[in-house]
Amino acid sequence: MDMVSFKGIIFIIAALIAVAASVLMATRKNPIHSALWMIVTFFAMAVIYLLLNAQFIAVAQVMVYAGAIMMLILFVIMLVQMEKGGKGDPGKTGRSAKTKVAGALITVILFGEMLFGALYYQTTGRSGDYPVEMVNSVGNVKTIGSLLYGQYLFPFEIASILLLVGIVGAVVIVKRKE
Amino acid sequence: MLQEIPSSLCFILSGILFTIGAIGAIIRRNLIVVFMCIELMLNAVNLVFIAAANALSSMDGSVFVFFIMTVAAVEAAVGLAIFVMVFRLQNTVNAYEVNLLKG
Repeated sequence: MDMVSFKGIIFIIAALIAVAASVLMATRKNPIHSALWMIVTFFAMAVIYLLLNAQFIAVAQVMVYAGAIMMLILFVIMLVQMEKGGKGDPGKTGRSAKTKVAGALITVILFGEMLFGALYYQTTGRSGDYPVEMVNSVGNVKTIGSLLYGQYLFPFEIASILLLVGIVGAVVIVKRKE
Repeated sequence: MLQEIPSSLCFILSGILFTIGAIGAIIRRNLIVVFMCIELMLNAVNLVFIAAANALSSMDGSVFVFFIMTVAAVEAAVGLAIFVMVFRLQNTVNAYEVNLLKG
């Protein structure tokens, strides 16, 4: 597998941007900077989705994650920080550094397991009903749409009810009691 | 020339992103940053779904990712509402000072 193809170069660049931006996201002190680096990560991952022939998901990623969810998070950060007066973490009470290091070590062990799985996995060799050429001749969005409104109609409706419940729940939670 | 990307690379990238998200969720103290780290972990899972669906020439991965995005949006709405409420009650979003449920 020579990685000098055009797609390979784009993939490596997008992957490096995603990893670097997510590391910066997890380490910045200011939550606003974290949110902005998170948006960079989402854009890099949208590029990777495009390389993997998932155009609809790439656009949905940019619209839903980078657009809607991150805007919501930025609003809440500004709301919370403004009322606070820009003060940092006041109290030093919390989990000890030892506990944090132990948790991080366990997570790194988990990463080792994931690496093992990614390097030594085996597929059944059977391919699905939607090869890339066929999907691209019909259109990615059309194929997903016919699946969502056909085979996955019931989960789709459940998802819409879930969204409704989420909206009502959010309004009920933040409502001030008079 | 335009050959496909080996899916092992996507799985490894996803593992790296998931690990960064998990370590961030463990180490950080700001509730909102912890929430963003959880969103990053969800994104890593989405990447595995897309890569596997592409390698197996199936469309189910995209549909699953669509539903995961729906759940993530609902989670963001409810979670941020809870953060705003916690901030009103406790005047902090530090994860270690939020101990309302401790009897």
